[in-house]
Amino acid sequence: MSGTGLYVDGVTVTFDGFRALNALSLVVEPGELRAVIGPNGAGKTTMMDVITGKTRPDTGIVRFAGRDLTKLDEAAIATLGIGRKFQKPTVFDALTVFENLELALKAPRGPIACLRWVLAGAARARIEAIMEQIGLAARREDLAGLLSHGQRQWLEIGMLLMQEPDLLLVDEPVAGMTDHETEQTAALLRGIAGTRSVVVVEHDLEFVRALDCRVTVLHEGSVLSEGSITHVQADPRVIEVYLGR
Amino acid sequence: MRPPPFRGAKKEAAELMPWFFLRGLAAALALLLFLAPARAQEYEALLPGLAGGFAQQAETVERLGLLGDPRAIPLLQAMADARLLRLADGSFAPQQGAAPPEGATLIRINNRVRGALRGALGRLQLVSPDPAERLRAADAILRNRSAADIPLIEAALARETQAPIRARLELALGGARLASEDVAVRRAGVAALGASASPEARGQLLAARAANAELLPEIEAAIAAIDRRLQLRRAAETVFQGLSLGSVLLLAALGLAITFGVMGVINMAHGEFVMLGAYTTVVVQEICRNIPELAPWSLPLAVPAAFLVTAAIGAAMERGLIRHLYGRPLETLLLTFGVGMILQQVVRLAFGAQNREVISPEWMMGTLLLSGGIAVTQNRLWIILFSLVVLLACFAAIRLTRFGLEMRAVVQNRRIAATMGIRTGRVDAMTFAFGSGLAGLAGVALSQIDNVSPNLGTGYIIDSFMVVVFGGVGSLMGTLIGAFTLGLLNKFLEPYAGVVLAKVAVLVGIMLFIQRRPKGLFALKGRAADQ
Amino acid sequence: MNRRLALLLCVLALAALPAFNALPAEHPLHVPDFLVSVVGKWICYAILALAIDLAWGYAGILSLGHGAFFALGGYAIGMHLMRLIGPRGVYGHPVLPDFMVFLGYTELPWYWLGFDWFAFAFLMALFVPGLLALVVGWLAFRSRITGVYLSIITQAMTYALMLAFFRNDMGFGGNNGFTDFKELLGMPLNTGATRAVLFYASLATLVLVFWGSAHLTQTKLGRVLTAIRDAESRTRFLGYNVTQHKLFVFVLSAMIAGLAGALYVPQVGIINPSEFSPGNSIEAVVWVAFGGRGTLVGAVLGAFSVNALKTWLTSVAPDLWLIVLGLLFVIVTLLLPKGLVGLLRRRGS
Repeated sequence: MSGTGLYVDGVTVTFDGFRALNALSLVVEPGELRAVIGPNGAGKTTMMDVITGKTRPDTGIVRFAGRDLTKLDEAAIATLGIGRKFQKPTVFDALTVFENLELALKAPRGPIACLRWVLAGAARARIEAIMEQIGLAARREDLAGLLSHGQRQWLEIGMLLMQEPDLLLVDEPVAGMTDHETEQTAALLRGIAGTRSVVVVEHDLEFVRALDCRVTVLHEGSVLSEGSITHVQADPRVIEVYLGR
Repeated sequence: MRPPPFRGAKKEAAELMPWFFLRGLAAALALLLFLAPARAQEYEALLPGLAGGFAQQAETVERLGLLGDPRAIPLLQAMADARLLRLADGSFAPQQGAAPPEGATLIRINNRVRGALRGALGRLQLVSPDPAERLRAADAILRNRSAADIPLIEAALARETQAPIRARLELALGGARLASEDVAVRRAGVAALGASASPEARGQLLAARAANAELLPEIEAAIAAIDRRLQLRRAAETVFQGLSLGSVLLLAALGLAITFGVMGVINMAHGEFVMLGAYTTVVVQEICRNIPELAPWSLPLAVPAAFLVTAAIGAAMERGLIRHLYGRPLETLLLTFGVGMILQQVVRLAFGAQNREVISPEWMMGTLLLSGGIAVTQNRLWIILFSLVVLLACFAAIRLTRFGLEMRAVVQNRRIAATMGIRTGRVDAMTFAFGSGLAGLAGVALSQIDNVSPNLGTGYIIDSFMVVVFGGVGSLMGTLIGAFTLGLLNKFLEPYAGVVLAKVAVLVGIMLFIQRRPKGLFALKGRAADQ
Repeated sequence: MNRRLALLLCVLALAALPAFNALPAEHPLHVPDFLVSVVGKWICYAILALAIDLAWGYAGILSLGHGAFFALGGYAIGMHLMRLIGPRGVYGHPVLPDFMVFLGYTELPWYWLGFDWFAFAFLMALFVPGLLALVVGWLAFRSRITGVYLSIITQAMTYALMLAFFRNDMGFGGNNGFTDFKELLGMPLNTGATRAVLFYASLATLVLVFWGSAHLTQTKLGRVLTAIRDAESRTRFLGYNVTQHKLFVFVLSAMIAGLAGALYVPQVGIINPSEFSPGNSIEAVVWVAFGGRGTLVGAVLGAFSVNALKTWLTSVAPDLWLIVLGLLFVIVTLLLPKGLVGLLRRRGS
């Protein structure tokens, strides 16, 4: 539905001589759900950092919505329609579930605008709807610091949805979740994709299978293999990287 | 004063020769003057004239002055004081005691003789055995600026070995030549003055411009040459001052580079640790004062003492207080500031608010004069050396010792270090003690150049933090370069902006610098830098 | 409701002080002059504490240089008070203040122009600290200088200003600063009536700043600031321009601090460069920490209680004050992270 895809081309990032990304290229279609897997140090998190503007690449371009993201800062990229969920759930513990979502709501972000901000009916309805979607409607007035691990992850996804992003970057959403929570999360993400592009970075292959989508395998900073989960799992190079040499 | 007739021949010779040959000639002449028996005989022959009529006395005095035999000094001095006796055997001696001995007569003088004596003494003191007297004489003759003094100065130069006096004499020679009637001699004088790097020479040349229209281009060139040299010397002295300030900053910042840079603990009491190091030096000195054989060693003894005292206090502070606040830097900042406040006030109550005196050992006092007239104070030179030694010791401690290895391990990954059997708590305490001990060493150094008072440390703490921030947190190399860069920058800005504005400018400069390099000069990159 | 009533009673109790001061000296309820002026000072400190709390308690910006904003506000009003002395100075110069005559100035420096007008001086007391905060804050926040780095930068800022103001050729009276003020807005200083007026002006400002801050923290901006305090990078990924928000609250806070300084100087009758000393700023931070940061009541409570302790202790055992203040730092950070307010709440629940 959304007309914007992500286009990563020839991105290289070096930290003190160590190549975290090595001429990485990747295309995510509009509305696509994509899983990115790879062993530790394959460059998954660095890739997210580059897309969201946290790290500047040495070379290469990242295109989204007709803009080169390597020239923009985090806030500008976020405003452009890219939302990111971090590995470690970071919700605002000192605020309630409702307030967390309200902060994420798409609205003018300047200090004066915030000072004069009044929550209108439509916005309130949207927050309610998202709270339903992530299953936290019952805990709206609770401080986010009091939520369980899984609930915090959902709240964070909810906050991403509030921003109405065209592209969602989700970093290891099910780490530390119970099996039941993992299933719910997979369903949640499948539901989100279609209207928006979603890129999920994950270790857990069961979860990736449950996502039922195209998979990209990263290794040493570049793409090793790409295709369906069955295709990827059959790829000898992937087997070698994962099962050792 | 008219030149005496016998000098004429030499003057003509000088016209024919390039000026630098003059020196050789003067040296040869001096040899003749002081070694040749003929001259000694001349001295003996002249002496009786002192007892003659006033006119003869004056001439004798003048000739003795030009002869340049130092033996004449006490006699002429006594004559000027009206204490010179002619003894019964015809020899001369100053009067000792109240009454002259049997058969001796007091030599009487008139005003003309007195005038001749002043001139002769002024010259003769140039060859006095006492260097202080020679320096005074050189200064007097420098002010005199008379062409008649040229041979005299040349003679004195030939036998002078002390650099400062030589420098004065060279100046005097140049000045005297400038006063000559002879253009060639004046030109030589301009060249000689132009070869110096002294503001006085510059002044003489400036003054000579009006009277020497024909030498104007040479004079201007000479002034420009002096200006260049003066500029160079000022630059060299500024560099030294900058290095000196840098070394002090380095000492003060090294401890911070460990506690703040490596451990991430912001210790606002660091300045007070420096202060405690200085007070330890005071205490060690007081103790050593009563034990004569230790007295000269008080400063070397203060070095380990200060390290141990501040390290112990640091370890106690880390175990007792800071440990509970790991991961909460702002609280640590406030806590350590409070501790610093307490330490400062306790010291103030114990030692009094006024400055304590620390006596520098002899080998640290005085000024070294480097070539080109660059003055270098010895204590600052020692501190620069000391700071570099301490830096090397730090590198060695971190790179080569077991403690350094454990420290690096804990910094990189506390949990894994713990599973390897490293007692992380002990390493924390030791690391903090190490950084605090370094502050103590800085205190020992500062006690040599700054007032030891309870608020000694407050003046350095902000600058030290700037050094660490500028150099890049966690890098000793960065601290080294940061310290010397800031030291030099401060001292180079001072002449233009004044001390205070230079400081302000440096602070603003650092803030602007952080715009471009938010993590300092030697920044860690990648994941490690994200914490 | 209960809380509001308690606050109202506190304000009324404070407001009663000058009134009781006006009673005849032998009256049992008479309040001595010194208490009115001391409490008047504390009120200014409380405003400063609110300013620090807004930046630190709510937005996580620990400034160790708020004393500089306070002092700048004080200097602005001080300049006005100096201009009002007119020919009544020791040297009797019609225009120049005494120190300028002494230093050989022949005319008023350009940056003194306009300060003979109260409204201008008052605006400057807000504008100059605000501008300084804007410049320093912009430089710092833009390059993501946070936490202790920002604290050190702000401390360096006030330190540099202190050094600068000590200089005679800055044209601000050097070492001695400004003193010997005569009058303000036509009222001679040092009379009971003027004291009362200044006291009420300060109290009204405190109430206003408190009310305004309370309102601000209830808006979405307040929640954004809390979010920045707890997870700055996360807030940035939500699309908030963190620099702008921090700058907004930092400048606002600096202006409030300047306001506090402007109210303070006419009451104490002197302003000199030692107001810029880094120790002053950090002492003010301890008021907030002791009272309880992140709560406005805590900031005010801290300013009053620590300064009451200071006033008492410096008269009984002046040598001990600095040690006690140091201990206060230690106690607050180790044992009372939420300050007095946290302690009272724990008792309450």
